[in-house]
Amino acid sequence: MNLFKYSAPSTFYPLAGKLASGFAIASVLLVVIGLYMSFFVAPTDYKQGEGYRIMFIHVPAAWMSMFIYIIMAGWAAAGMIWRTRLSSMMASSLAPTGAIFTFIALWTGALWGKPMWGAWWVWDARLTSELILLFLYIGYMALESAIDDPRRAARACGLLALVGVINVPIIYYSVQWWNTLHQGSSIKMNEGGGLDASMTDIMLWTLLIMTVAFWFYTIAVALTRVQRIILERESNTAWVKQMLPQEDK
Amino acid sequence: MAEWFAMGGHGLYVWGSYAVTALFMIVESILVVRQKRTLLQRLGRMMRMNSEVE
Repeated sequence: MNLFKYSAPSTFYPLAGKLASGFAIASVLLVVIGLYMSFFVAPTDYKQGEGYRIMFIHVPAAWMSMFIYIIMAGWAAAGMIWRTRLSSMMASSLAPTGAIFTFIALWTGALWGKPMWGAWWVWDARLTSELILLFLYIGYMALESAIDDPRRAARACGLLALVGVINVPIIYYSVQWWNTLHQGSSIKMNEGGGLDASMTDIMLWTLLIMTVAFWFYTIAVALTRVQRIILERESNTAWVKQMLPQEDK
Repeated sequence: MAEWFAMGGHGLYVWGSYAVTALFMIVESILVVRQKRTLLQRLGRMMRMNSEVE
């Protein structure tokens, strides 16, 4: 199979549709399993009682907010280096979902912080750098909609995405670099190369299932959004005109 | 059941988190599908209009 074939919007469009359906179904299944485990299988935490169950969406959402940014910046970089049209479209299709997960991480963090710390919000390193991530996503989308020419927009947004990448390690290591109210990483590598988790195995599994579910959700939504972006940019091309009579039902 | 909903006194925080997350994810997925469909319909209409003119 020639993978480069799919770097052309015309061949990628139908593939994206098929993949999106598959990932959407898988994501719904995993969310159902994940929710069941979050509420009925995972035990009560000995320190935080039932309130800790917020973790099962807070941590995956926070991870996704950072993963998505890195992938978005990667696509933006690819678009700037190789000038491939599809790359910058992929970057654009990820930004709104990244912004949503960043907001969810902040929102669930506030609702977790209030009962555990007694504060909805504190200006510490972890929370502040995550808020900056939200502004980066919003800035990316605002910049894109402010520039009419798609190629100039892609270059400006690509630059913003790349500069903003510096914020991701700052978020990740903030709990080690500075004194913060935020608890340390839920899962981290130990010196022997294994994983240390500050929770029981069943909690860890629930967390991982929810994370994969959020991944699949992101892939499904971003692929559907990129289909729309492809259609918008390529609406005058022959392949779109050929496809329309079949798709427009 | 009521005890389960109370989440050990943290019900508001737990359900407030899950509800907003669900709301955002459901609304976003409906929006992306609808936006794509609307665009397809608009492009289809434009194409038919053009072919009638010709």
